[in-house]
Amino acid sequence: MRNWQQGRQARDARIEAGAKLAKGKIVEARDATRLMEAVIRPGDRVCLEGDNQKQADLLCRALLAVDLAKVNGLHMVQSGIVLPEHLDLFDRGVAKRLDYAYSGPQSARIARMLFGGKIELGAVHTYLELFARYFIDLTPQVALIAAVSADRDGNLYTGPNTEDTPTVVEATAFKNGVVIAQVNEIVDKVPRVDIPADRVQFVVEADKPFFVEPLFTRDPGAITEGQILTAMLAIKAIYAPYGVQRLNHGIGFSTAAIELLLPTCGERLGLKGKVASHFALNPHPALIPAIESGWVEQIHCFGSEVGMDDYIRARSDVFFTGPDGSLRSNRAFCQTAGLYACDMFIGSTLQIDLRGNSSTVTTSRIAGFGGAPNMGADARGRRHPSTPWLQAGREADPDGSALLRRGRKLVVQIGETFGEKNAPLFVEKLDALALAEKLKLDLAPVMIYGDDVTHIVTEEGVANLLLCRDANEREQAIRGVAGYTDVGRNRDKKMVQHLRERGVIRRPEDLGIDPLDADRSMLAARSIKDLVRWSGGLYAPPSQFRNW
Amino acid sequence: MSVADLEKPSVERARATSFYEASARARIRLLLDPGSFVEFIGPEQREVSPHLKLFDLPEQFDDGIIVGHGQLAGSPVFIAAQEGRFMGGAFGEVHGAKLTGLLRAAKEMKSIPVLILLDTGGVRLQEANAGELAIAEIMRAVIEARTAGVKVIGLIGGRSGCYGGGGLIAGCCSALAVSEQGRIAVSGPEVIETNRGVEEFDSRDRALVWRTMGGKHRRLIGGAELFADDTVQAFREAALELLETTSGFGIDTLNAEQSRLEDRLQRFGACRDAVEIWAAEGVPDAASVPALPADQFIELADKLRRIARDAR
Amino acid sequence: MEDLSFHHQARSRAGGTRQMAIIGVVASGNLEVLAERVLPETECRLEIKTAAEGFGEVWDAVVADFVERYSPGGLKFSINDGGARPDTVSLRLAQAVRLMAEDEQ
Repeated sequence: MRNWQQGRQARDARIEAGAKLAKGKIVEARDATRLMEAVIRPGDRVCLEGDNQKQADLLCRALLAVDLAKVNGLHMVQSGIVLPEHLDLFDRGVAKRLDYAYSGPQSARIARMLFGGKIELGAVHTYLELFARYFIDLTPQVALIAAVSADRDGNLYTGPNTEDTPTVVEATAFKNGVVIAQVNEIVDKVPRVDIPADRVQFVVEADKPFFVEPLFTRDPGAITEGQILTAMLAIKAIYAPYGVQRLNHGIGFSTAAIELLLPTCGERLGLKGKVASHFALNPHPALIPAIESGWVEQIHCFGSEVGMDDYIRARSDVFFTGPDGSLRSNRAFCQTAGLYACDMFIGSTLQIDLRGNSSTVTTSRIAGFGGAPNMGADARGRRHPSTPWLQAGREADPDGSALLRRGRKLVVQIGETFGEKNAPLFVEKLDALALAEKLKLDLAPVMIYGDDVTHIVTEEGVANLLLCRDANEREQAIRGVAGYTDVGRNRDKKMVQHLRERGVIRRPEDLGIDPLDADRSMLAARSIKDLVRWSGGLYAPPSQFRNW
Repeated sequence: MSVADLEKPSVERARATSFYEASARARIRLLLDPGSFVEFIGPEQREVSPHLKLFDLPEQFDDGIIVGHGQLAGSPVFIAAQEGRFMGGAFGEVHGAKLTGLLRAAKEMKSIPVLILLDTGGVRLQEANAGELAIAEIMRAVIEARTAGVKVIGLIGGRSGCYGGGGLIAGCCSALAVSEQGRIAVSGPEVIETNRGVEEFDSRDRALVWRTMGGKHRRLIGGAELFADDTVQAFREAALELLETTSGFGIDTLNAEQSRLEDRLQRFGACRDAVEIWAAEGVPDAASVPALPADQFIELADKLRRIARDAR
Repeated sequence: MEDLSFHHQARSRAGGTRQMAIIGVVASGNLEVLAERVLPETECRLEIKTAAEGFGEVWDAVVADFVERYSPGGLKFSINDGGARPDTVSLRLAQAVRLMAEDEQ
């Protein structure tokens, strides 16, 4: 007779081994490594919570220190490879195989380790994909998570940066896994229960708060005239004519410029209430002036942002907050919202090719995908109509039957034709292809596929790819806004002129914009201090962003 | 049209323009009476650094400093403005000589005051000897001009702050106005960290940098006479006020300055942090100073004390 | 450093009466443009000293578009470049022409 309870029994055995180190569910920080050795088995699938924002750093260090005879060859399934220790695990042999989504700060080292064979790569995912696989074929046996506080029963308060935690716990706890949480403090009563105690087996109190980085803070002082120009173009050529109300913004300076132009330029264009009112977005400090000016109805957040807690608490009409008043973020839900309920994604990238494929990969860096591909993709399962979605669908297929025609999400790439260190934004061949060849990957790491991209905005103009009728038109439309890059200079001038006459390409002057008017005085805030002022003193920026 | 009407758009622009963000040329244009500025050794003369090309580095036609004369509320002034974005506003041979020459001209004229818009990280590394000599010459020229009866006013609120030799020159001026963004010191944050360790001074802790070297602190401890909001108009008004209120210069001034500094050292020498100094100065909620808006801060600073005019 | 020089025929004389104008600053990714009204009315010259070597073709394209678009006849432009991007170069050149067209202060 087959034993149908093997998983449960294995889980009980792990918990029993760990319980020897615990008082109730509480384990001292100094015993954290021994807890790992007791609970984790060689080859286990382990999710070490590494979100965009919060990091289970204490548990990571504890895992790094294990006796390799007891714990080795782990299969890490985590969304973010963010801390150096995340990769030290592979250098030391604690872990062997990796499935992940995002590796921003570690992108250069992860590329070297992949190439050197230190890491056996499963795949690089988008957040939603990896979360989906937690429930199908990458379910963790052990999850090491981070929370702000726990009570003695193990109820967790994850605070404003709830992010991935509910998803990770759901997959682990309900499929015979063990959940270990590090918390900043153990309290008598948590402010709100984000994770119920019966899903948490062990709690470790950390000696210092988990690591959080301000990833979404863009100093208005660093926004250039070029970025202001592209932002003005985007507002006039896309936000206004499509009436985009539901959207997601990337984290670059061009979109920060848009956020800061809404209360000035946008107001003058009479767009208030007509565009940019509902967001799937981290709480960008640059959005404060637009919120304060009454532009924004509501924002659902993937995670929080350092320094925004008090502001969010005081603006619960706009943000999702718990009964305790603090932000409740949730990456899985917000990604889903961005995919299905937003009519536009607008963001920057590092390279765009002649078909509109874009990538943030360079030959020496693998930054991963994070959420951009889900934001920046048409949702084929979408069925509800909206004005911008229908209009984009009509532009793409003007002759099709209105009742059978699919709408299109607006997927906008915005950037200057030359980026940092004068690297061209437009290229004949993406570095991602060279990387895929070098690492013998099945797929080149493309962030957003060309057939999902609807518009490209640069300082030279806006290309509406929905209006292109064949691959050649598309290529020339892209070349036509590629400025003085090689791609831009090799344009077919006649054809580009023809595309401009058809409105496929629109120059600043076609939109009534004089590039010489793009001036920093148009920004609603020109410094971090201005943002603090707009917030009525509620925004408390971290020290590295202050000049006062 | 009256003169007041002619001036109006300029005043509005000066009020709307951040001193910190403006170029050196824009600062001069909006600070002085409209159209009154005349440049000495302008960019068309291409009096560039003789050293930078040896290092294969780009030159600037004015070598990063603009000098000339103009009118401030109808009265003549000499003016110099450093461009903090060209090589961090650093002093080189030509750059320094332009300022020295201006100060010597002022000494000859005796009655025309000098405004120096300092925006500098100190001496240019590529021409360090010439730059150090220039600092010494400028300090001497400032003192000689002041001795001859010339008021030399320093205005500080640029991107590069006022560091190194710039800090020494600022210390020689008749009076200073500074904005929150302006920083005045000799050794910069990174230099202190490198020499004394991160425990002594964490240069990346910008709140620490600003409360140790920033404009508000300098105003509260008497390092600067006036605090200006970050607009060109506020600096114009500060310059006018300082020209009005600054007194003469002689051995009595220096003695008064010496005792002011001794007194300061005695009262605050044991403090570990600027906030302690502010508290000792009688600021009610010292920790709130960095967040105070300019107008409230000026009110607070004025209430605490007007700086003794006999010192400097 | 690399020195570049371009000479173009312009359709017409640049507007305004101003003899000289300067715009921009030499910094990383930025440049200064000194414009002087010293040439015959249909001629235009640009003298460039740039910190970014090997971009002669790009400068050629930027300058040709600029002359075509603004017709800066009679103007000589002297440029010190700290490695600015082409769009920044275009912007500064346009700003210089606009300054020359304004009245003398």
